[in-house]
Amino acid sequence: MEDFLHELWVARYVLLGGLKMTILISAASILAGSLLGLMTGVSLAYGPRPLAWLMRGYVDVVRGTPVLVLVLASFYVLAVVGIHFTAVQSGIFALSIFCGAHMGEIVRGALQAIPKTQIEAGRSIGLTFPRILAYVLLPQALRQILPVWINTGAELVKASTLLSVIGVGELLLATQEIVGRNFETLQFYTLAGLLYYCVNFSIERAGKMAETRLKGR
Amino acid sequence: MDYYFRFGVIWANFDKLLFGLALGLALAFIAILAGIAIGLVCAFASTSRNRLIRSAVGVYVSVIRNTPILVIVLLVFFALPQLGVRFDKYQSFAASLAVYAGAYLTEVFRAGLNGVPLGVVDAGRAIGLTGFQVAAYVTFPIMMRNSLPAMRTTFISLFKDTSIATVIAVPELTFQARKINVETFRVVEAWLAASALYVATCLIIAAGLRRIERRYSIM
Repeated sequence: MEDFLHELWVARYVLLGGLKMTILISAASILAGSLLGLMTGVSLAYGPRPLAWLMRGYVDVVRGTPVLVLVLASFYVLAVVGIHFTAVQSGIFALSIFCGAHMGEIVRGALQAIPKTQIEAGRSIGLTFPRILAYVLLPQALRQILPVWINTGAELVKASTLLSVIGVGELLLATQEIVGRNFETLQFYTLAGLLYYCVNFSIERAGKMAETRLKGR
Repeated sequence: MDYYFRFGVIWANFDKLLFGLALGLALAFIAILAGIAIGLVCAFASTSRNRLIRSAVGVYVSVIRNTPILVIVLLVFFALPQLGVRFDKYQSFAASLAVYAGAYLTEVFRAGLNGVPLGVVDAGRAIGLTGFQVAAYVTFPIMMRNSLPAMRTTFISLFKDTSIATVIAVPELTFQARKINVETFRVVEAWLAASALYVATCLIIAAGLRRIERRYSIM
């Protein structure tokens, strides 16, 4: 135990750096992914046919592909097609694509749950469609998806571990480096698991809180 | 962008890709079977009157669901040998995925249990069934039917998670695709093929399970 504490003290900056990287990557991909998901969801629900089909294809392909394949594919493929991203950038790209597809489906579901009569009511008082979207549909839909959106954050934190495979120095890769040096495999992997648990548990709590708050309305 | 598609390498290695896919499916199948067993036991245990059992199930579900699967896989494969528990990579991955599946399926079954109308349970008691008989002949069938749609999404996501086995060098589909990528530099083709195979398999699984759902739906 004393030995472990000593090793932990030696490795403290590496671990903290990894944790910081994990949170940064997750935050960046949830921001980019949510924007993408919002656009995807709106196009799926109200877009012109060809656009809706295109988005349907995007959502179905990404949701049917494992995240690890997305991560590896963006790491290798982007460079070949002439986009030179660093490992971190292509990792965030892959996670955003993944998040966008999931959010797109969630946003579409929330939008289509709103009664059609509201669109008609909006039209009849002379609102243009973008205004109906901004003042009538999105406020209701976004409020409804808030808890799910927060939980997507936990999904992304978990998925960010996959970036260790392409050499992004997030928490798991940091742990692997530490283990490679001191061979305290069990201790440090358990510690990594615990850290992930703490981050995700707080996110989950936040999601539950948002849910109960919204139910009160 | 001067990249020319040449799918010849994919066709030449197609048997390996299919082998990888089959291996992934087999691992997912084993993990799902074990996960269903764990999930059923834990879901019924969480209705137990014993507080200790209930909180044990709660901790298991919460810990596993909030820990990345990759961490669980690495922990089981690299760290358990330190305690003298030694698996080969296939067993180790199947065990990790089973534990992971168990936690998700516990949630699925628990939700299914909550959907069983209380009146039916009372009716079972009223005609003189014992507690076990009520659980086995009344609660269980309704719970399973309630759980089918959520089971479908969980199974598909577990199948996709088999791609993570590539990290501990299990030669499944992602591993084979990466091998083609590194050995032949047919980068785009390799990943397109892998993705297409995954998507197609997911669609087939989803369609099959939807049929079962329709067959057994209560309405």
